Amino acid sequence: MEHHFTFHHELEKLNKKLLTMSAMVEERVRTAAQIIETKDQEVMQALIRSDYEVDDLEIEIEEDCLKILALHQPVAKDLRFLITVIKINGEMEKIANTAVNIVKRVQNISKFKHAGAISYDFSKMSEKAVLMLKKCIDALVGGDATLARSLFVDDDEVDAMKDLCYEDIKVRIRNDPEHPGYHINTFLLGRHLERIADRAVNIASEVIYLVEGTITRVH
Amino acid sequence: MDVTASRMTDQIFPIVAVGDSAEAHERMHVRPLDRKTIGSPFVDNPRMMCRDVDVFYGDKQAINKVSIDVGQNQVLAMIGPSGCGKSTFLRCLNRMNDTVSSCRVQGEISLDGIDIYHSSVDVVPLRARVGMVFQKPNPFPKSIYDNVAYGPRIHGLTRDKNELDEIVHTSLIKAGLWEEVKDRLREPGTGLSGGQQQRLCIARAIAVGPEVILMDEPCSALDPIATAKVEELIAELRTQFSIVIVTHAMQQASRVSQRTAYFHLGDLIEVGPTEKIFTNPGHKLTEDYITGRFG
Repeated sequence: MEHHFTFHHELEKLNKKLLTMSAMVEERVRTAAQIIETKDQEVMQALIRSDYEVDDLEIEIEEDCLKILALHQPVAKDLRFLITVIKINGEMEKIANTAVNIVKRVQNISKFKHAGAISYDFSKMSEKAVLMLKKCIDALVGGDATLARSLFVDDDEVDAMKDLCYEDIKVRIRNDPEHPGYHINTFLLGRHLERIADRAVNIASEVIYLVEGTITRVH
Repeated sequence: MDVTASRMTDQIFPIVAVGDSAEAHERMHVRPLDRKTIGSPFVDNPRMMCRDVDVFYGDKQAINKVSIDVGQNQVLAMIGPSGCGKSTFLRCLNRMNDTVSSCRVQGEISLDGIDIYHSSVDVVPLRARVGMVFQKPNPFPKSIYDNVAYGPRIHGLTRDKNELDEIVHTSLIKAGLWEEVKDRLREPGTGLSGGQQQRLCIARAIAVGPEVILMDEPCSALDPIATAKVEELIAELRTQFSIVIVTHAMQQASRVSQRTAYFHLGDLIEVGPTEKIFTNPGHKLTEDYITGRFG
């Protein structure tokens, strides 16, 4: 029985690490969303500097998964759990990268010193992206496929917000053709937020697989 | 870390270690009330059909109303905890249980549409059509050649020595043993290694032209290399025969079979495509067993 005890103990440890990862990434996305509004230099630097923490944890989790797969050959829900962890772990790391990209984009925008411009209001979009990330993590923790499915609808809303942003930025470029870089970077902020929402949907799809064993994709 | 911090103590899914919950213990030892088999116990164009099979040892019922088909050219793996009845059920398929005086079999088991328990059925040719390979290799204390030739001789399958030589040759080839023994056919079968002996027993079963081969833990006495050879052999034999294998090694069931049946306390709980059983089983008992949460 030693084998089983160790195996389940390993799964439990992995479980906790993935939750730590989720919490770290959620926090980073919240911070990045605030940075769009506050442009706080200190917070920006801190977020960029600490990105290695997510990278390190991602590698650690992947190594744990490979070790468990090799040593214990899990099946059924244990196998689905392992596969889900591998995929969600990757998505989380990429979401953290996107948070860093948002910060770098805000820094870029600041460099244009376009004092006269009226900032595009990303508050609703970033609020929605953060909410989606929170919901997919809640679905993961609760094994809630219904909650996971609700993200598919949320994603349509974020896509619509990105399209609105695109149209608005087009008008701004037309009216302010001397600062195309400023406006394009502003649009790319919206694009980053939309990617976070997409990745939250990917995580939700993995949760459905974990719970129901069916592979779901939304295009 | 406001919202997420509170989640840190949660589990993504409950992980129950072996035997550490009363619930797991109860599932292990108490027969489920709903004994209907779930999944897909039946196939199109089956080789063998079993319907409502009950097996008793004296007063004790070992198998309860089991219905399942054995498909053509496929490997059916039967798994389950010790004492679940999988070996008992396997032995019904060629009436090996007839040799146990206290054993009584009810229900219907047919091979190619013929009831094998009908009074007109002779068990000797039946056991040639439904061959068996046991847990421990059991070659006769005879030469390698005579081990394989024994069946065809007693069943009168050949007219002359040339035909017998041919059967021995092809059976040893099919069993993947020919290259290893072709120069020592007159040496005793008991002198072979464990893995070779087991393949000799498979050659012996093949020699009488069976339709179904039953295997009762055929690799449990073999090392990993000999096991791999027998598993490769099973994959090849499937193209010509139907195979039913009982195994305690779950990974073996997942490697060699196309369908898996899970037995529990005499009930057939679930049958399904092997990849389904091992990725997303439909019954909690199946899942608990294959993930090592009891057993």
